[in-house]
Amino acid sequence: MSDKHLSTQFDSELNSVSSQMMELGGLVEVQIHQAIYALSQFSVDVANQVTAAETKVNAMEVDIDREISSIIARRQPTARDLRLLIAISKSTANLERVGDEAEKIARMVRRIIQSGAPRALPSLELRVASDMASGLLRKALDAFARLDTSAALAILKEDDFIDKEFDGFVRKLITYMMEDPRMISPSLDLLFLAKAIERIGDHAKNIAELIIYIVKGADVRHTPLDQIESVLK
Amino acid sequence: MNMANVISKDERSKISIKNLDFYYGKFRALKDINLDIPENKVTAFIGPSGCGKSTLLRVFNRMFELYPEQRAEGEVILDGENLLTSKKDVALLRAKVGMVFQKPTPFPMSIFDNIAFGVKLFENLNTSDMEERVEWALRKAALWNEVKDKLQQNGSSLSGGQQQRLCIARGVAIKPEVLLLDEPCSALDPISTAKVEELIIELKADYTVVIVTHNMQQAARCSDYTAYMYLGDMIEFGATEQIFFKPNRQETEDYITGRFG
Repeated sequence: MSDKHLSTQFDSELNSVSSQMMELGGLVEVQIHQAIYALSQFSVDVANQVTAAETKVNAMEVDIDREISSIIARRQPTARDLRLLIAISKSTANLERVGDEAEKIARMVRRIIQSGAPRALPSLELRVASDMASGLLRKALDAFARLDTSAALAILKEDDFIDKEFDGFVRKLITYMMEDPRMISPSLDLLFLAKAIERIGDHAKNIAELIIYIVKGADVRHTPLDQIESVLK
Repeated sequence: MNMANVISKDERSKISIKNLDFYYGKFRALKDINLDIPENKVTAFIGPSGCGKSTLLRVFNRMFELYPEQRAEGEVILDGENLLTSKKDVALLRAKVGMVFQKPTPFPMSIFDNIAFGVKLFENLNTSDMEERVEWALRKAALWNEVKDKLQQNGSSLSGGQQQRLCIARGVAIKPEVLLLDEPCSALDPISTAKVEELIIELKADYTVVIVTHNMQQAARCSDYTAYMYLGDMIEFGATEQIFFKPNRQETEDYITGRFG
């Protein structure tokens, strides 16, 4: 995405920071998959693995931002180089937050297991939303690597489905809580967990918006979908 | 691409260039240039060597006429008059359209006389008015505090950065309307460059400034509009912020991001 500068060193710096971001994305994806697995299998071990990966994710975020600062200081990038670097910096922050959400899921899984009431909860119903969220992040990273704006637009549309899934799940949880007040505490944990899944979708959406920013130079945050579509035409 | 529509509606065009061609003998160095230079703004011309940016600048005060084999065709309208066909004295045009060159060119005379020399050609000022004018010009060029105690020293005794600001002071002393700067900072250190750039931004309140520069960051820092030229063509003209953030033309983007070549 950054080839053909007069300075090949500049090219390799941009490539290096891009691939570090992708590597971070891969790491975070593993965290999500492990968190979802820990939830479906009620596995404390796997939940602990998610938490353990957080240190590495945090360190990578810091590394990437340091490298971006250095490139900006030395190269004074303009136009698409500038947009790319800003987008990588913001995407990195989003990915780190996804890691935090995965860690949050792992924490909730441990608490639900400790509460002793896991099997009675409708946790399997989160399967659809969690698969959607992790799939969306995967697509966002793929689209970023290819700077594919139509894939980015599809992600923006898909995030709405996750939000709807979340709303539906909340309604179900309320029913559970009304039926059995002893379930209120673990249900609240599950609610936070569902919220974390929903947030992962939001971060994927933010990354998709940044792809449009790189390619079109348009800031499409807080913009209705139909307007975004006309930017892409 | 219609370059005339780039400047915003509340801005007036100071120099209007229409279908301008320029020839060095048989070589066509500028090709059908159409451009409006907005009044009281800084417009930067960027582009690789030989793209025609200095040539275009030298058309604005008919500097090229010093060389018989050079000619310009088309219209360059300054305040309603095509200056290429104007019968007015070219010295009057150059009083209206001042120029500062790449290398500082102080006259071999005192700092005071460097400024007063040009003024005397156009105005008959008494001693105190002249002193006032010299101080005013040196203040405009942010040089007064550095030279006020040595106005009788030779202009060439100043440092390179001071000499360049002296030349700018000389240029503004005759109160031109347009100031042309051809690579004004290429021989200066970063501190002098910063002072000249500050000056450029201040000068636009009173003058229309056109600057040719190889330093793209300089264009980005101190201009309001930027024109990218290549091989005699005006490739893109737009607000500086837009040119450096999201240019419309691929050629512009390749040049400013260093993908050119």
